[in-house]
Amino acid sequence: MTITPSIKRDFLAKLAENGKRADGRKFDDYRDIEIETNVISKAEGSARVKIGSTQVIAGIKMDIGEPYPDTPEEGVMTTAAELIPLASPDFESGPPREDAIELARVVDRGIRESKVIEVEKLCIEPGEKIWLVFIDIHIIDFDGNLFDAASLAALAALMTSTVPAERFELGDNYPLPLRTPPISCTSVKYNGAIVIDPALDEEEIAEARLTVATDENGDIRAMQKGLNGSFTVDEVKKVIKASIDNGKKLRENLYKSVGK
Amino acid sequence: MSKEKREIVIPSQLLGEVKNKKAGRGTFVEEGKIYAEILGVLNDSSEYINVVPLKGRYDPIEKDFVIGVVDEAMASSWLVDINAAYPALLHVNEVPWDVDFGETEKYLNHGDCVMAKVLSVDQEKKLQITLKDRNLYKIRGGLMINVEPSKVPRIIGKKGSMISLLKKYTKCRIFVGQNGRIWIDGEEDGIKTVINTIKKIENESLSYGLTNKIEELLKKEAKDVE
Amino acid sequence: MKSDIKLFENGKRLDGRKPDELRNIKIEAGVLHRAEGSCYLEWGGNKVIAAVYGPREAIPRHTQNPLRAIVNAKYNMAAFSVEDRKRPGPDRRSREISKVISEALEKIILVEKFPRASIDVNIEVLDAEAGTRCAGLTAAAVALADAGIPMKDIPVSCAAGKIENQVVLDLGKEEDNYGDADLPVAISPRTGEILLLQMDGHLTQQEFDQALDMAIKGCHTVSEIQKKAIMEKYQSATEVE
Repeated sequence: MTITPSIKRDFLAKLAENGKRADGRKFDDYRDIEIETNVISKAEGSARVKIGSTQVIAGIKMDIGEPYPDTPEEGVMTTAAELIPLASPDFESGPPREDAIELARVVDRGIRESKVIEVEKLCIEPGEKIWLVFIDIHIIDFDGNLFDAASLAALAALMTSTVPAERFELGDNYPLPLRTPPISCTSVKYNGAIVIDPALDEEEIAEARLTVATDENGDIRAMQKGLNGSFTVDEVKKVIKASIDNGKKLRENLYKSVGK
Repeated sequence: MSKEKREIVIPSQLLGEVKNKKAGRGTFVEEGKIYAEILGVLNDSSEYINVVPLKGRYDPIEKDFVIGVVDEAMASSWLVDINAAYPALLHVNEVPWDVDFGETEKYLNHGDCVMAKVLSVDQEKKLQITLKDRNLYKIRGGLMINVEPSKVPRIIGKKGSMISLLKKYTKCRIFVGQNGRIWIDGEEDGIKTVINTIKKIENESLSYGLTNKIEELLKKEAKDVE
Repeated sequence: MKSDIKLFENGKRLDGRKPDELRNIKIEAGVLHRAEGSCYLEWGGNKVIAAVYGPREAIPRHTQNPLRAIVNAKYNMAAFSVEDRKRPGPDRRSREISKVISEALEKIILVEKFPRASIDVNIEVLDAEAGTRCAGLTAAAVALADAGIPMKDIPVSCAAGKIENQVVLDLGKEEDNYGDADLPVAISPRTGEILLLQMDGHLTQQEFDQALDMAIKGCHTVSEIQKKAIMEKYQSATEVE
């Protein structure tokens, strides 16, 4: 569908040789980020995130369900992502493609494995009833770097979510119990250059992509390499450093927008 | 100099009657009345009422110069995207090279850019382009940007006045395709100036005195560099 | 569904509206970067976004019509848009709404200008509160104009209904759940032609006439808001020197 002209590839590569990017950013600069919370009234929590022109809305819905047999006293979380046709001329309607599935799973792991949601506090009746947390991510405008936009939106939505106990006559509503979240930062490599927060045209020519989630101590909590190119060990270390530095800034931005 | 506002009209807006004027592009007629069919700028000066679209894909016209991006190489032709509602066909007979059957990929491949001319548009809107003209070729180097096709006349200017200004002050090579694609090559700073200036022209395309305004800006930028 | 809820109190509806009053509507054109035309619309508690791609060659090829463009409107509700989370993906209700909206738009778009092409309209409901199909079609119409698609008119949609034996305009959430009839309508405001018409519930012929008349009047009011939104987006493009 959308074709990347070969001269664009060459132009971006030439700029990269001189340490430049098409939109004037430095290699480790993010585009402008906007985070707005409580945007969907029906959701238990919600957020709209813009990184450059990429726009994502995340909504949190909760319901009562049965626990998994091996974790009878823990709540259950699931993450889904939709690359809806609205967002790009190349997205079609129909069952989720692998990109949507990879996106959902990477965002999910970033939250699940770091135990961001305190699922042990979401038990209503051991072995019988627990809280289900649904994280739904809706991409509405695609201009590069869905991983970070989706991740930030999911976190901002979770951090402003309320457990709807009143609706189910289980007492008063209370804030969703959470731990400090790790922040994910995505970089791509093209023509030997490694840049953070890829814009659409950089993603179109990227050979390899690396997402690194780091916590407030600078420890690594999740990683995902994508696309069919490769990284050297040195390059991976460079990406980790850029992710830690930018992760700090993104974290500040996130905390400010959820009112922490 | 007249200071009327250029009027924006929307679909279904009543513009006139057939007994006074002729219905031109961007309008339709119902029961003797002429209505706008698209969002655009009203042009009511001649015996025709036209609406010039503000947005939309390129509507191909034979003999137009366009910039295309090759999508697919087939056995004896290529499919080329020219920002129209349909892809254009480029036949091996319409290129300056001697291409053997099945050898199309050796000459043009997915992602290659070409300077082309619209050869034909038939009733079913099937499009053909050609590279057979001394000004047409496969593009190498430089950068391509996209603008609304409707803004192209403004970017070129009356008798090429605007585009000449741009070339003069930035020393860049610039080619403007009627289909809203513009190719630029030159020094990095020059290219940046061209892109920013074109963006400005796009945003202010409906204002008057734009050519002079742009000339002043370009002069100033050139002075700053010296 | 019967309940103890009183939908009318002292001649005013639950949210304080008069019988022929619309909820608050806010419309913004050209809000997305990638889409060729787009619109964001708020109607009461509804939040809807619509995007248009095309005209572009219809794929797969067997769907192409050699004489005209096909209009593919797809209506979808986000999982988080409703009180009980909705499983992602089209359900039968979404597919029916997509169909009636496509048909309404086909009548008004000058489809003969684009043989073998498709015009793709995506309507996404982000927050739902009764009347989403009316909000969706109304937003789609603005997105189509924004995309430069040639049309005979800018279609608009609005619903009327009946609650406690009174015909009212633009049902709200409780009114939709506990009322006695719902009548969504879409028209071409220039000619008054009806492009979409559905009804469920119970109306006498007289009540139907009242409700239809009310819905059409509502459509005209919303039409003014649509047109203003489009003009506001592009008015700043014209400058007087």
